[in-house]
Amino acid sequence: MTRRGLLLRRLRLAFGGGPALVSLVILTLVLLMAVFAPLLATADPTAIAPADRLSGLTIEHPLGTDAYGRDVYSRVLHGARVSLLVGAGAALVSVAVGLVIGVFAGYFRALDSVIMRTMDGIMAIPSILLAIALISLTGASLLTVLVAITIPEIPRVVRLVRSVILNVRSEAYVEAAITLGSPVRRILLRHMVPNTVAPLIVQGTFVFASAILTEATLSFLGAGLPTEIPSWGNIMSEGRSYFQLFPGLVLWPGLALALTLLSVNVLGDVLRDTLDPKMEKRT
Amino acid sequence: MNKQTTRIGKNRLVAAATGAAIALGATSASAETLRVVMQSGLRITDPIMTTAFITRDHGYMIYDTLLGVDSDFNVRPQMADWEVSEDEKTYTFTLRDGLAWHDGAPVTAEDCVASIKRWADIDSTAKPLMTMVDNIEVVDDKSFKVQLNTPTTLLLAGLSKMSSRAPFMMPKRIAETPASESIDEYVGSGPFVFVEEEFQPGIKVAYEKFEEYVPRDEPPSWTAGGKDVKVDRVEWLTMPDQMTAINALQSGEVDFIQQVPFDLLPLVENASDIDVNILDPLGAWTYFRMNWLHSPFDNKLVRQAAIAAVDQEDVMQALVGNPEYYRTCAAIMGCGNVNGDEYGKEWVVEGQIEKAKSLLEEAGYDDTPVVIMAPTDLAMVVPQPIVIGDALRKAGFNVQMKMMDWQTLAAQQGNQDAPSEGGWNIFSTYSILATSGDPFGNTPLSTDGRESWAGWPDVPEISELRLDYAKAASVEEQKEIAKRIQKIAIDEGVVGPLGQFRIPAAWSSEWSGFLESPITLFWNISKED
Amino acid sequence: MLPYVLKRVLSAVPVMIIVAVVIFALLRLTPGDPAAILAGNDATGEQLAQIRESLGLDEPILVQLATWCKNIISGDLGVSLLSGVPVTKMIADRVGPTLALAVGTISVTILVAIPMGIVAAGRLGGYLDRIVMALSVLGFSVPIFVTGYVLIYFFSLKLGWLPVQGYRPPSEGLFPFLQRLVLPVLALSGVYIALVARITRSSIIEVLGEDYIRTARAKGATGRRILLRHALRNAAVPIVTIIGIGIASLITGVVVTESVFNLPGLGRLVVEAVLARDYPVIQGLILLFSFTYILINLVVDILYTVFDPRIRY
Repeated sequence: MTRRGLLLRRLRLAFGGGPALVSLVILTLVLLMAVFAPLLATADPTAIAPADRLSGLTIEHPLGTDAYGRDVYSRVLHGARVSLLVGAGAALVSVAVGLVIGVFAGYFRALDSVIMRTMDGIMAIPSILLAIALISLTGASLLTVLVAITIPEIPRVVRLVRSVILNVRSEAYVEAAITLGSPVRRILLRHMVPNTVAPLIVQGTFVFASAILTEATLSFLGAGLPTEIPSWGNIMSEGRSYFQLFPGLVLWPGLALALTLLSVNVLGDVLRDTLDPKMEKRT
Repeated sequence: MNKQTTRIGKNRLVAAATGAAIALGATSASAETLRVVMQSGLRITDPIMTTAFITRDHGYMIYDTLLGVDSDFNVRPQMADWEVSEDEKTYTFTLRDGLAWHDGAPVTAEDCVASIKRWADIDSTAKPLMTMVDNIEVVDDKSFKVQLNTPTTLLLAGLSKMSSRAPFMMPKRIAETPASESIDEYVGSGPFVFVEEEFQPGIKVAYEKFEEYVPRDEPPSWTAGGKDVKVDRVEWLTMPDQMTAINALQSGEVDFIQQVPFDLLPLVENASDIDVNILDPLGAWTYFRMNWLHSPFDNKLVRQAAIAAVDQEDVMQALVGNPEYYRTCAAIMGCGNVNGDEYGKEWVVEGQIEKAKSLLEEAGYDDTPVVIMAPTDLAMVVPQPIVIGDALRKAGFNVQMKMMDWQTLAAQQGNQDAPSEGGWNIFSTYSILATSGDPFGNTPLSTDGRESWAGWPDVPEISELRLDYAKAASVEEQKEIAKRIQKIAIDEGVVGPLGQFRIPAAWSSEWSGFLESPITLFWNISKED
Repeated sequence: MLPYVLKRVLSAVPVMIIVAVVIFALLRLTPGDPAAILAGNDATGEQLAQIRESLGLDEPILVQLATWCKNIISGDLGVSLLSGVPVTKMIADRVGPTLALAVGTISVTILVAIPMGIVAAGRLGGYLDRIVMALSVLGFSVPIFVTGYVLIYFFSLKLGWLPVQGYRPPSEGLFPFLQRLVLPVLALSGVYIALVARITRSSIIEVLGEDYIRTARAKGATGRRILLRHALRNAAVPIVTIIGIGIASLITGVVVTESVFNLPGLGRLVVEAVLARDYPVIQGLILLFSFTYILINLVVDILYTVFDPRIRY
């Protein structure tokens, strides 16, 4: 059987049932929720009505209202857009940038120490401090928060990629390819990069999760997204004072967040198991 | 001249406190520590340099003041009594017996004069006052004389000023530090001693009872009367998360919370072992300020439109929620204060979107963006910009919210640049009513253009009226002037009042004797047996 | 080995200098004025200028940088602009809670997560695997402050087993110290247990696919022996990497945990100092953090060579 055929077969197997399928369904639903938020929402997520604050569950407000009388259901829907954007944006950018830098650092030993010391420099600054400083420098907006969350993630990806490359580089077949004078491009794309895919998927799902959580943390510290841009993180963070009185304000966005992350992680695992060339040997 | 204050607390709380004071009498405290959660962390320790409330409260722990104010707004002797000359231009202050600094040295008139001078260099009430003072001179160890060039009520008002900046007395060597530099030695003559080794900025401050302190004989009333300390030690803790503070009170890990966030009240209100009450009978008022230097708020009609658009009830609902703790009020100098006049009530309090729209039309508003600075981290000022922004949008303003942390906002406040170049159009803050009741203590009422406080309104009429106020002979006359100031200030759109609120405190029922006062005071408190 | 360590230590110096200069510039570019914070709400422009002058903030940035560097070399980190307390004293006062929290969290993480990962890998696809993975995913699906509130609500308020907040140094008794550390450590380690368990699991699965494991299996080695002896050792590199990264990134979680549980540690200090623009304190802390970070990385890199002799420097 061809390599591609094998892959397809195993993908079918993996998604044939169980958690992977459920995750895929959940994730699709959340994605649809995010895309069609303006249609599904029953109210403007930013329209305030202080007289209706903390209303509890009503027909008009199926998940109640928050401290400004805004509709929690509509905010959670719109929050899906923002949170997914933050998570996916941070994951894609940090993985892409980190992969390139990491491969260079791991393969070209001359660049290694310069790159790694720079990465050390970025990592040595606590990310939360970097984020707060960036946000107060430019004002809290979606872009600033995204940049502030992504920058500290990059060195982690770089380190991971580099350690994989270092490992692979000492493998006999790669050393052979180098000795035989295969073009660098070929070695990198053929032998190096594929080996980083599996750990990067795991790392990517982690960045996705941690970006959404970091956004919540920034909100908790008063440096997150402005309340006009509802995200699961800032809805939870704004609702936290009501944790014992109106748990829904934390519970609903929290549930959406936990389910989404759960699905992303399960999918990450499944893809990892499926894509990893080494897994073939076990089956 | 100072007749003994006979008035004993009007409510249950103060009555109970006084009762406890009598019951315990001279035998007072066994070894007790009162653990307190303050609203913010003490970081700046110089109560003359800064106006931060936490530093002021710290000031009342370790320092004493020459004069105090009682709950009827009467000025009373505290460290010193005074006599006035026939022409009301010479005041002689005489220190009472038994006053000593924490390092053991006696308090002298020289120390006090140096302290007054440092305070006068920087305080907003002291500035107009000093134009009326010819000189301050030491008479002997125990007394000093203030020579005025015109009779004024400002001298006693200034020296008894309760809130930032209260003129706290310090030894001469410390008081000689320039007012723009922080003091670095903490010796006062107040009822508590600062435990410097245990001071952790922003985390914890410890105070021990000053054993040599001699309280006055009168019962305590606001900052006047006897400061009788009945505990051995007070610890101020700061908790970054209010929820933690409430939980800690519930589990008995702390004894007192200075300000319970309104939304968390239900958690403590029904607990049998926790008392919740309002200690500051006046409370605070919140308001928004417009930038007079730049379009669109360089136009009086547009300012009026903004004031008309915002609904105080909406602001108060979002900020406080429970109507028990707030009221709407159009008076800049405060409803409940002597000078509080509610001119303009009909359109200041209620949101009048239609009126705002027609004012905007009349003004020819050209859709210039309005930049509203909105803090993200200080609970008492987070909701206002959100509600203001919503109201202004409805009235037809082009609103841009600019989110930032409170400290950035505080620094940006002074930025006179155009909003398009990093400046601002609107921000909102709050002040305590105890010091907003006269046109000097009331910060937004300084109207000298670029020289005055953020917003820079230029209304010479108000500036003149303020001076008249200082020289006014009677309360009635002052009241009349205040009324005129209110009218001009509202019509000109100097400030947009947003309502008044009172923040409750909560404490473990084991403790009693908490004093009703605009300042949180820690004397008179004891543990019940 | 020793020359390598020396080389690494020396190469850390430029990193620290870069970090210090970048932070210095970033802070000075950030709007915000310590003088405005010091003077309070109603200060006039003139008062602010005086305060700036007395703090030396009116000097050109380069001059301020030079002064600061000069003082650092003579071991003086300066004093807090707000409280006047020496930065070294502020750090010394607050390093205890953070250290306790960090060490506690790392220990719990290693003790819980690695066995979890091994068990899951050993029962790949089984129920145990799924339960472990589900738990670990939950661990980082919930913000720390929510975990913290839930823990406090049940263990402190409902059950009354543990204090709600606060910190006691171990010098005041081991029991009160540990008692106040349990919940913060639990709240904070959730994320790291999740992360390390996952990495352990996937690394071991990967190693189990290697030829030499198959050889060992073919030679009749038992499952447990393979798992512990061969797989774990070879899976150690990514695990150590992740733990190292985890420690380095601990500070974000520490900030939140310290806030929720009111621990007077460095995490809170750093946020407070940034918000208050207390420059000397921030700079002192950054020096400390970057130094710690570099130290941890050095240890991680050395551990690589221990676990995987194929990596040489």
